[in-house]
Amino acid sequence: MMVLEANGLSISFGGVRAIDDVSIAIASGQVFSIIGPNGSGKTTLFNLVSGIYLPNDGNIRLAGETVTGLAPEQLARRGLSRTFQNLQIFSRMTVLENVMVGRHRHERTGIMADLLHWPSVPRQNRATRDAARAALARAGLAGEDDRPAGSLAYGALKRLEIARALASEPKLLLLDEPAAGCNPVETQDIDRIIRAIVKDGITVVLVEHDMRLVMNISDRIHVLASGRTLTEGTPDQVRSDPAVIQAYLGVHGSQEAVRAFD
Amino acid sequence: MSLRALLDNRLMPAIAIAAIVIILPLFFPSAYYYRIGALVFIFALAVVGLNLLMGFAGQVSLGHAGFMGIGAYSVAIGPVAFGAPSWLCLFAGAILSGTVAFAVGRPILRLKGHYLAVATLGFGLLVAIVLTNEAGWTGGPDGMSVPKLALFEWRVRGSDAWYWIAGTTFVVGFVLALNLMDSPTGRALHAIHDSEIAARVLGIDVARKKLTVFVISATYASVAGSYLALFNGHITPDSAGFLRSIELVAMVVLGGMGSIVGSLVGAAVLVVLPQVLTTFHEYEQALLGLIVMGFMIFLRQGIVPSIAAVFARWRK
Amino acid sequence: MAELLQFVSSGLTVGAIYALVGLGFTLIYKASDIINFAQGEFVMLGGMMTVFVAMADVPLPVAALIAAIVTAGVGLALHRFAIEPARGASPVVLIMITIGASIFLRGIAQIVFDKRFHSLPPLFGSDPIQFGGAAILPQSLAVLGGAAFIVILLWLFIERTLLGKAVIATSANRLAARLIGIDTRQIVDFSFVVSAVIGAIAGILITPIALTSYDVGTLLALKGFAAAMLGGIGSAPGAVVGGLLLGMIEAMTAGYLSSNYKDAVAFLIILIVLIAIPQGLFGRAKIERV
Ligand SMILES: Nc1ncnc2c1ncn2[C@@H]1O[C@H](COP(=O)(O)OP(=O)(O)O)[C@@H](O)[C@H]1O
Ligand SMILES: [Mg+2]
Repeated sequence: MMVLEANGLSISFGGVRAIDDVSIAIASGQVFSIIGPNGSGKTTLFNLVSGIYLPNDGNIRLAGETVTGLAPEQLARRGLSRTFQNLQIFSRMTVLENVMVGRHRHERTGIMADLLHWPSVPRQNRATRDAARAALARAGLAGEDDRPAGSLAYGALKRLEIARALASEPKLLLLDEPAAGCNPVETQDIDRIIRAIVKDGITVVLVEHDMRLVMNISDRIHVLASGRTLTEGTPDQVRSDPAVIQAYLGVHGSQEAVRAFD
Repeated sequence: MSLRALLDNRLMPAIAIAAIVIILPLFFPSAYYYRIGALVFIFALAVVGLNLLMGFAGQVSLGHAGFMGIGAYSVAIGPVAFGAPSWLCLFAGAILSGTVAFAVGRPILRLKGHYLAVATLGFGLLVAIVLTNEAGWTGGPDGMSVPKLALFEWRVRGSDAWYWIAGTTFVVGFVLALNLMDSPTGRALHAIHDSEIAARVLGIDVARKKLTVFVISATYASVAGSYLALFNGHITPDSAGFLRSIELVAMVVLGGMGSIVGSLVGAAVLVVLPQVLTTFHEYEQALLGLIVMGFMIFLRQGIVPSIAAVFARWRK
Repeated sequence: MAELLQFVSSGLTVGAIYALVGLGFTLIYKASDIINFAQGEFVMLGGMMTVFVAMADVPLPVAALIAAIVTAGVGLALHRFAIEPARGASPVVLIMITIGASIFLRGIAQIVFDKRFHSLPPLFGSDPIQFGGAAILPQSLAVLGGAAFIVILLWLFIERTLLGKAVIATSANRLAARLIGIDTRQIVDFSFVVSAVIGAIAGILITPIALTSYDVGTLLALKGFAAAMLGGIGSAPGAVVGGLLLGMIEAMTAGYLSSNYKDAVAFLIILIVLIAIPQGLFGRAKIERV
């Protein structure tokens, strides 16, 4: 059963085809990575899949059900969550509160109960808080509960977004460059966190530039270049594909290619 | 309950405010002070509502006086034209305001930032213009007198009675706002302020939450408007005008965006200040402008959050 | 037909003033992201100061020049003493500062000047020009001509001068502008001065037709802001078109429906336009990149 299928997705911005006839199919329980040079359309693909952009063409199916054109909040209720390359932290809230927001789709009290602080509200708040703490622990952020989120370091903020997404108990999690700006030790942490997430039965779609991480962790890799699919396969297949090396060499410089494919 | 538990109580600010409402009159030398106190609480009620919208959800309204106007004219027109009791008109006005907010908010809350500002401004002006021009109902630009509030056999008159009514209502409004903040809705509103996209991705129906808080804040403003009309005994379309809307926003920002206690402080400053400044006669306006500028330049977080920050640093 | 022409002429006249105020908003917004609600006070100062300086037997053109220069100084002072010290504050706080400034300026104006209405003699006499059955005031033409002159001058300046390019660079990306050596503070200074002068000229031009007093600024600021938003914030052509449209709608409503409801209809149309086009007529939709 495919968790996510996209067929013939396309979107243009003022004449530029940011995504051009891209199709993907992601099986349950996989780590599915999307790589490609900067500007090749990885984030745009995430934005299409998560309902932030409306595709000009193509369709998207989540667990077999067509969801093209649904709003992000509707997709969230169907078990899709994501993190952002350009961090979207609730910086006025504490670390714990950020993750509590992730529980929103599991909270049931209505506006009247909220206003009157019905007994169900504090009870639910406690459950939300406990679940949020558990999610923080899974992302390796235990013990930072009451810090203002804005005061965390960049790497921690990346993990805060993961915790927040986990709190919503997704079936499918999209991670947009979770290891960007991380040192090797932090990248190791991300590696471990992702493995644990997959072990819990969540399917992960990963966009990442750190090729060591990608090659280590992925079941399949989809390569984009200039908005088009270059190839898709297992890490070994992709690693040895001349077209991939060419794309990276051509656009991205030799250094990264060498680091990526050694 | 131990002192510690009391101090940590979620409702501590409300308890403190209630204590202030009760104790303050002990120091009032004359009825005039009751009058000022009543005005402060009435405005603070509207400001708490607006703060929920602006300070928490991050959505500007430059037309909130429009809802005060709807509340005010409800208790003015209702009893005269339909013979309805004032208190019923107050509730009807609140429902009307909420309904109007729902209808207007649906399309315009999609707008962002300055565009939302100009749209709400337009809404407020529309209300004020209708109130000015439908003189048959509203008495036109000169306004109309408002029958006194009667609760059962008790005809409410006198500043002290209004002080207690306004003070009590304010505390209730304050508690409801605190409740809201400590709930899923409150967290969702807070989240929307910082990142709508992240909020949506986490399953929050942003449009609906914005509409909810817009309706709530309109209801607060409406009740405050009704009180103001009943208290003053006379209203004019200015009570729904642009300058009144700006005044409400100034109270929110001055007290502190997102600080519910700040709403009271902001309202108190901007109600009391003009009273004090009248002693400066023709310099009144210039001084008011200077003071507003000064507050905003030097306490840009608003009075209450700025003071809280100083305390926090000092305790460290 | 004559009636329509009459309404069009009065609509364009008022609209030209709104356009100038809207341009003032736009210029400052472009340079600094600030919505300056004191923009209307510049218009008031231009008109009132010309009136009062002229009362002291100063020739009218000289009085107008003095008024424009003093208003420019006020604009500069507003930036230096009120906006600059609050750099980095949130947009709402900055707006409140400009509103505080406008209350202050109004307060000063009622002390220095007075609380009465004043007028100025029209530039080219007051005999209406008959045109297609409509009677058009020469001053209306002066307003339109003056506004067109300012718009063209501003356009030439932005397009053709180095300083103009610096303004564009600053509005496009403040940090990058600073990195290539543009003194962005000076650019904002400059935008306040130019906006103040544009406001003052608008005030001088309209006073012979519309009268002025210490408190005309609020309504003008409101209309200018609305015009700028209708056109799309940060778009100079948008501000001009928005202003003219606003003036026309008001004149048509006043002429054919009811003058009591001219503001209501104008804002209703603005609401409808914004609901249909949330970024205004000429504005660019801003998509946040995540
Ligand atoms: N909202 C948008 N407006 C205009 N262009 C966009 C937008 N989003 C993405 N693009 C363009 O689409 C292309 C792909 O960008 P992106 O998906 O961010 O690449 P990647 O994540 O692979 O680095 C780029 O050329 C980018 O400029
Ligand atoms: Mg990207």
